[in-house]
Amino acid sequence: MLPALPLDEAGKYVAGAYLVFLLLILIYVAIMASKLSKIEQEVVAITELVERRGSGADAEKAPPRPPPAAPRARKEPVK
Amino acid sequence: MVFFYAPLDADQGFVQKIFYVHVPMAIVALVGFVAGGICAAMYLRTRETKWDMRSYVTIHISVILAVGVLVTGSIWARASWGHWWVWDEPMLVSFLIVFLLYATYWPLRFSLEDKEKQARYASVFAIVAGAFVPLNFAAVRMAEQYIHPETFATTTGGMPGKFALTFVVALIGMALLFITMIKYEMASKHATFRLRALRRKLAGDDDELTLTGRSAAPQL
Repeated sequence: MLPALPLDEAGKYVAGAYLVFLLLILIYVAIMASKLSKIEQEVVAITELVERRGSGADAEKAPPRPPPAAPRARKEPVK
Repeated sequence: MVFFYAPLDADQGFVQKIFYVHVPMAIVALVGFVAGGICAAMYLRTRETKWDMRSYVTIHISVILAVGVLVTGSIWARASWGHWWVWDEPMLVSFLIVFLLYATYWPLRFSLEDKEKQARYASVFAIVAGAFVPLNFAAVRMAEQYIHPETFATTTGGMPGKFALTFVVALIGMALLFITMIKYEMASKHATFRLRALRRKLAGDDDELTLTGRSAAPQL
């Protein structure tokens, strides 16, 4: 084993080791965040699909609307 | 605590601070590999997919930590021994072998399309590889040429109080980080698979939503 390094030289190794650890965690969190955003996109897509189908089914089930009534002739006020 | 509470090591000086991140990470990674093997054994016993998933996630996180162990260990070796890597050192080489062994876990899973077979083969692999891990701990004691620092040495009196306390806190912190990462990953996987199942259900008459392709991850 080599003799102990002086603080100024040892500092960069220690900082390097702790930065590696931090970087590893940050990369992991970043990857998980991207996965989470994909999950969110899927949830949005599925929600839209369900809503679209729901509105389509409602339209099929709902009874046909009567045709709009012809505009009535305006009655003249009796004088 | 590492920088303000734990005193400077008489032999290595400030470089010894790497110990508080390197060793807990190594211990947690190796315990994770063993835990992965235990989960795999549980899968073979019960055939419940949740155990295969637990084994997969535990090994996944352990491999991430193992990368950190190799890099921080290499930095420490450079500062202490003057070399980035020492091939004669049993601890380093055996840890590298363990890491490379587990690096083949994903190709093994990916090579099998049948999910049941994939889980079964991966479980057998995880058990065999997990059994290899204790050899790694034993290798420290067998080192001759270079002396790898011993964490729990009893013949030399072990670590002094402040060193030991800082180390235990670092170890607990690393274990909690490991558990958090596992929970995070499991939640992500569960959400993904439930969404896929939902999409498949909805895709009954929609071809565009049908999922295809193989995956190394277990299917729930």
